[in-house]
Amino acid sequence: MSTSLSILVIDDNRIRASIIEQGLRDAGHDRVILIDQMDGLVRQITDIDPDVIVIDLENPNRDQLEHIFQISRAVRRPIAMFVDKSESGSIEAAVDAGVSAYVVDGLKKERVKPILDMAISRFRAFSRLANELEEAKSELADRKTIDRAKGILMKSRGISEPEAYDLLRRTAMNQSRKIIDVAQSLIIASGLLEG
Amino acid sequence: MTRPSAKTVIAGFIPLLDSALLVAAARFGFAEEEGIDLKLVRETSWANIRDRISIGHFDVAHMLAPMPIAATLKLTSLAVPMLAPMTLGLGGNAITVSLPIWEEMKAHGADTRGDPGSTGQALPKTIGSRRNKSGDPLRFAVVHPFSGHAYELRYWLAAAGIDPDRDVEITVLPPPLMPDALLAGRIDGYCVGEPWNTISVQNRLGRIVTFKDAIWPASPEKVLGVTQSWADHNAETLQALIRALVKAADWCADWDNAEDLAHLLAAPDYLDCAPATCVPALTGKLQLETGLMLEVPGFLSFAGPDALCPTGADGLWFYSQMVRWGQAAYSQQDAEKVVRTFDDRLFREALGTGAAGNDLSQAPKPLFDGVEYDPADLANYIASFPIRARPTPV
Repeated sequence: MSTSLSILVIDDNRIRASIIEQGLRDAGHDRVILIDQMDGLVRQITDIDPDVIVIDLENPNRDQLEHIFQISRAVRRPIAMFVDKSESGSIEAAVDAGVSAYVVDGLKKERVKPILDMAISRFRAFSRLANELEEAKSELADRKTIDRAKGILMKSRGISEPEAYDLLRRTAMNQSRKIIDVAQSLIIASGLLEG
Repeated sequence: MTRPSAKTVIAGFIPLLDSALLVAAARFGFAEEEGIDLKLVRETSWANIRDRISIGHFDVAHMLAPMPIAATLKLTSLAVPMLAPMTLGLGGNAITVSLPIWEEMKAHGADTRGDPGSTGQALPKTIGSRRNKSGDPLRFAVVHPFSGHAYELRYWLAAAGIDPDRDVEITVLPPPLMPDALLAGRIDGYCVGEPWNTISVQNRLGRIVTFKDAIWPASPEKVLGVTQSWADHNAETLQALIRALVKAADWCADWDNAEDLAHLLAAPDYLDCAPATCVPALTGKLQLETGLMLEVPGFLSFAGPDALCPTGADGLWFYSQMVRWGQAAYSQQDAEKVVRTFDDRLFREALGTGAAGNDLSQAPKPLFDGVEYDPADLANYIASFPIRARPTPV
């Protein structure tokens, strides 16, 4: 690699931004800068003068960013959108992954593509992680709900915990429902009947 | 329940009041009646809308009227030929300034009821005294470079002798951030759609000085955007969608439904705001400042005779401003492309009202300054503006 490219990552999700940063550093890019503060974006970009900008698609500041590129006074070199038509596959991959990128005019595609590919794969990895975390959270919530339902049964019927769970499970099986659904309606029902 | 034969149409939208036709069509059965399963996807930026319709994630989208023109003329990235077969709303924007700026404008004789000529005339002196005090130019924000907001703000400024590229600064901000930016003193004013003006007024941050319907009466704001290729391959579906949206428009335009519409739009899936902030604009009312509610029947309108039918003349006005401000170069070929982008044929065919063939002799109403707009003589219209972007030296 000749002179290394400076890469600006704009993402207000700090965890995701650092995952991307790490990926780019691992790939040998040592000039990676993260921005999660949108204040004074023009000045920040002018100061950093990046070769490549990576921004997440959830970021409502994309319109402002493109406006900054349009008024080229604000940046030293005109910045063109990276993705050209010959690259429609990678455009789709980027949008699917939730990321967009811009590069300064005149950079060779071979130098930029690995950066975008890296960003895409890290964005994907992040959403996979986020989904898993979400699932784990809801699993935990489910477990708490089932515990509460068991408690209600244990108290109202004077049965043991394994018996209460067994009752929930059998009720679910008999009615082709999920245990969590039975537990939820049981909690709601007993809440209604309490008062 | 959607009929099994229903055709799925995926529509991208930005949470604004004028996404009403799409939201009402999807939620109140108008789309279903036309055999369409309309799925809405909320987006966070116009850039996302443009990118996702361009690569086919969206079939249609809620777009700023100049966006399909910018795409067709390849003025933006991921540009593909597009059409604006229907208007989704007229008017709806306003210009808000901070209270200190308003006090100065008032001292310089600004009309208190939103007259654009008078409020504009009060600005040069306000800009002058600001320059004497701090040396800073006034800063305004708009939502997008290719937007009615940008062209309305610039037209209003330039009509008062202010060069929007030299005498003030114009930046781009997402609508929900504008009241905050005004509060933080980062901007002195902005042009945006409702409810983002009302929110600043209600929080005593700003004052509405004029509005779109006063600057350019009954003019298009958002359009239904489709790629030429999607329109070609889904002609029947597009016609059915247009019919559904027109029915939704008739419902939305009836002020008796405004409360229901406000509640629908304010829901977390759409605008995610208080219904009360949506109601005034939906019923032709605009709160210019605390205690001053102006009746503006045409402030934001969804229907009316032919109101939602695109016209080449409207498209050409947006193009004239793109050229005026240096975003595009003028050419006869491009002007023809613009007329085709705003072709009325699809709309008329969908409603069975026959082809009118984009008659340019029926010019839209003139703008507030009374300068005659002749779409058939566009090059001269553009050249007639004393304030316009000078070609940048290469």
